Amino acid sequence: MKRSHEPIFWSLFGAGGVLSALIAPILILITGIIAPIGVWMPPQALEYARVLAFAQHWLGKALILAVISLFLFHAAHRIYHGLHDVGVHAGTGTMVAAYGGALLATLAAAWLLITIGF
Amino acid sequence: MARVKTYVRPMQGWWRKNPFFVRYMIREASSVFLAIYAVILLVGLLRLSQGEAAYDAWRDALTSPVSILFHWLALLTVGYHAYTWWMVSPKTAPDLYIAGRPIPELLIAGGGLLGTIGASILVYAIVRWM
Repeated sequence: MKRSHEPIFWSLFGAGGVLSALIAPILILITGIIAPIGVWMPPQALEYARVLAFAQHWLGKALILAVISLFLFHAAHRIYHGLHDVGVHAGTGTMVAAYGGALLATLAAAWLLITIGF
Repeated sequence: MARVKTYVRPMQGWWRKNPFFVRYMIREASSVFLAIYAVILLVGLLRLSQGEAAYDAWRDALTSPVSILFHWLALLTVGYHAYTWWMVSPKTAPDLYIAGRPIPELLIAGGGLLGTIGASILVYAIVRWM
């Protein structure tokens, strides 16, 4: 029997599910709502120098990469399997698009984090 | 070869007929918002690597009404995902035992929900004061 690659995607889906269940709501609230409208979060909190320093620290790099990559692998898994529910039959093409997109974004994030420096 | 015209039961809008399926679809839709949010962060990272002016332009774009509306919808759907994720966790987690007795389901789900609250306070405190 051909070995299934499902465990890999399931693990990434699970890891992304846990990480997003823990911190996605607060991240969306901070970066997308309260910081842009300037309520409960001073504008200096997300200023260039501060965020750059965060992205240059190894721990910051790890967190940024984990958030972008795992959120996308979690979403890719759900979207790929959810296509059936909206009448699109999943196949190799949709699979490559879903997981390949998440992989490309992961590589792009890793590359950017390296170019930003330490 | 002639196409055989057999009756195929239409499935259009199947999930609207039952509140359970509506909730299911909202939870699944949260992943679309989560994916778009991750891409917004990735673009932010790109703009950060391009310097202060580029990064400030990205921050400025996030103040547009469309962006704020998107993030509200994302917050609601992804928040619902977080809630369902922990509520189902007693069934998806491996069997755990303390002193030979299974951990009550309420404790596992409640622990997860408390984890989200704790992590949220921690992230807010770090972003604001550290």
